[in-house]
Amino acid sequence: MAEETDIQTEAPAAPVDEILVGLSALPGAHEVKRALGEAIILTTREAAHALLLALRDQLQFQQVMDVCAVDYPERAQRFEVVYNLLSVTRNQRVRVIFSTDEAAEVASVTDIWPVAGWWEREIWDLFGIRFNGLADHRRILSDYGFEGHPLRKDFPLTGYVEVHYDDERRAVVYDKVKLTQEFRNFDFLSPWEGMTLLPGDEKVNRSRS
Amino acid sequence: MSEAVAKTKIFEVDSHTINFGPQHPSAHGVLRLILEMDGEVIERCDPHIGLLHRGTEKLIEYKSYMQAVPYFDRLDYVSPMGCEHAFALATEKLLGVQAPERAQWIRVLFAELTRVLNHLLAIGHFALDCGAISPSLWMYEEREKLLEFYERASGARFHSNYFRPGGVAKDLPAGLEADIAAWADEYPKFIDEMENLLNGNRIFKQRLVDIGVISAQEALAWGFSGPSLRGSGVAWDLRRAQPYDKYAEVEFDVPVGKHGDSYDRYLVRMAEMRESVKIVKQALAKMKPGPIKVQDRKITPPTRAEMKHSMEALIHHFKLYTEGYHVPAGATYTAVEAPKGEFGVYLQADGSNRPYRCKIRSTGFAHLQAADRLCKGHMLADMVAILGSLDIVFGEIDR
Repeated sequence: MAEETDIQTEAPAAPVDEILVGLSALPGAHEVKRALGEAIILTTREAAHALLLALRDQLQFQQVMDVCAVDYPERAQRFEVVYNLLSVTRNQRVRVIFSTDEAAEVASVTDIWPVAGWWEREIWDLFGIRFNGLADHRRILSDYGFEGHPLRKDFPLTGYVEVHYDDERRAVVYDKVKLTQEFRNFDFLSPWEGMTLLPGDEKVNRSRS
Repeated sequence: MSEAVAKTKIFEVDSHTINFGPQHPSAHGVLRLILEMDGEVIERCDPHIGLLHRGTEKLIEYKSYMQAVPYFDRLDYVSPMGCEHAFALATEKLLGVQAPERAQWIRVLFAELTRVLNHLLAIGHFALDCGAISPSLWMYEEREKLLEFYERASGARFHSNYFRPGGVAKDLPAGLEADIAAWADEYPKFIDEMENLLNGNRIFKQRLVDIGVISAQEALAWGFSGPSLRGSGVAWDLRRAQPYDKYAEVEFDVPVGKHGDSYDRYLVRMAEMRESVKIVKQALAKMKPGPIKVQDRKITPPTRAEMKHSMEALIHHFKLYTEGYHVPAGATYTAVEAPKGEFGVYLQADGSNRPYRCKIRSTGFAHLQAADRLCKGHMLADMVAILGSLDIVFGEIDR
């Protein structure tokens, strides 16, 4: 086995990924990598706008196919904002990711790609991240007058309110959500697969060490 | 400051607003449009969406990967398998598995049947919006034949739950391949009839030509994809540019429009149906018997027959349908050329049996956003033609 690994290390290094080299030369590209075959650029909130503009103007990424956010409540900067870009002339995709928190405003990219407007509205609606330069900060997917940001991990799946038609008031009214049984969130993590520390495991490890 | 306020007030009195929808037959679902009109001319068009929002992305975060598949049928309910395809491919990418040959061919076959299914409804309703009733009735009849194929393959006419991560749910029943082949021979005649009826139709052309024109440059900036982008002259097709499953092994042409108006978008859809029939025929010819899902029992369930005599198969079945499989941590943006355009899934896995985040990039969301840009300066009646040419479905826009 040891010989085999030696042979592998002597084999010629993987060809330089020219796309990644090109991407890393851009301003604000802090880390450039490839995962599962997809090019990813990690950047910062402040540098993102200039980077995305450079991607469009210098590297012909004409389209932003998707803008979304991911919530990691345990992190200091709890949100990740993700842009998936596409170049139809170079037939390439690239993903730009940066972290942000609840308070800070992210620079809107509607001036680069007008289509980003609704996705930014969606992120504001579902995650509560504000965009600086977004003309229209209305909610988009949730109901008129909705409160809260439903795709945050601390927002319950069942929500807080439910609507029904009230015969007496002759109107559709909001009420606090009533569950006939407690919300069941099964945890299927199994100790057989050695995945994670299950509750109680820490005691086992302590007594054995 | 006070002057500015006064000016705004004068403007609001002068223009008038029309509330279109949310219940309107030409809105293609629950779309509410606030139209600021100057007489009969649209000055601003503000779509209000979200009336069909079901929180699919949130729900998927609480479901195992296999339980998430049916939600994709309910996104674009006009072309259910197109949506499943993206999720199946994304999950397979994260799992690091590839569906077996036959499964890939079945997926190509049904993805193309789905494209015809979608375009039949899109064009039928488009014509209906513009005043022609017969095409939609005829196309519904044709659609019914395809839905029958859906039913025979998956057991359901609409919510098929057929493309699963790792392959397809079950193999095609005996005789289905021959019946699809017979349909594929007959179908081009139907397209001819439809083209006879619509292509040169004076009223249809008066309603569509030079309505809702968008240049290639603008279409790209507005995130257009699929037939709407090709209608503007950009020869971009994911099946060709970034082939998935067996699309690299089939031959087809990518029809492209020239003017970027509603009529060209219609023509592109019509031509695409012919290409789909070509692909269907090739898929049927190249398909060979074989396994239809990954033969890893940790990912795909065993057959019913196997479970009758194998304890291990029974355990696998139980584990898969309660706990599901664990997907290694990672993220992918996987997109397919769904009938309406690029349908993508940004799937983030954290190593557990549920997706950490599943963002659905729906095609219509980007297209509908350009409604304001397309409708500006057009008459109220043209707005209906523009919406029809974009082929929007609210299941996927509102998610």
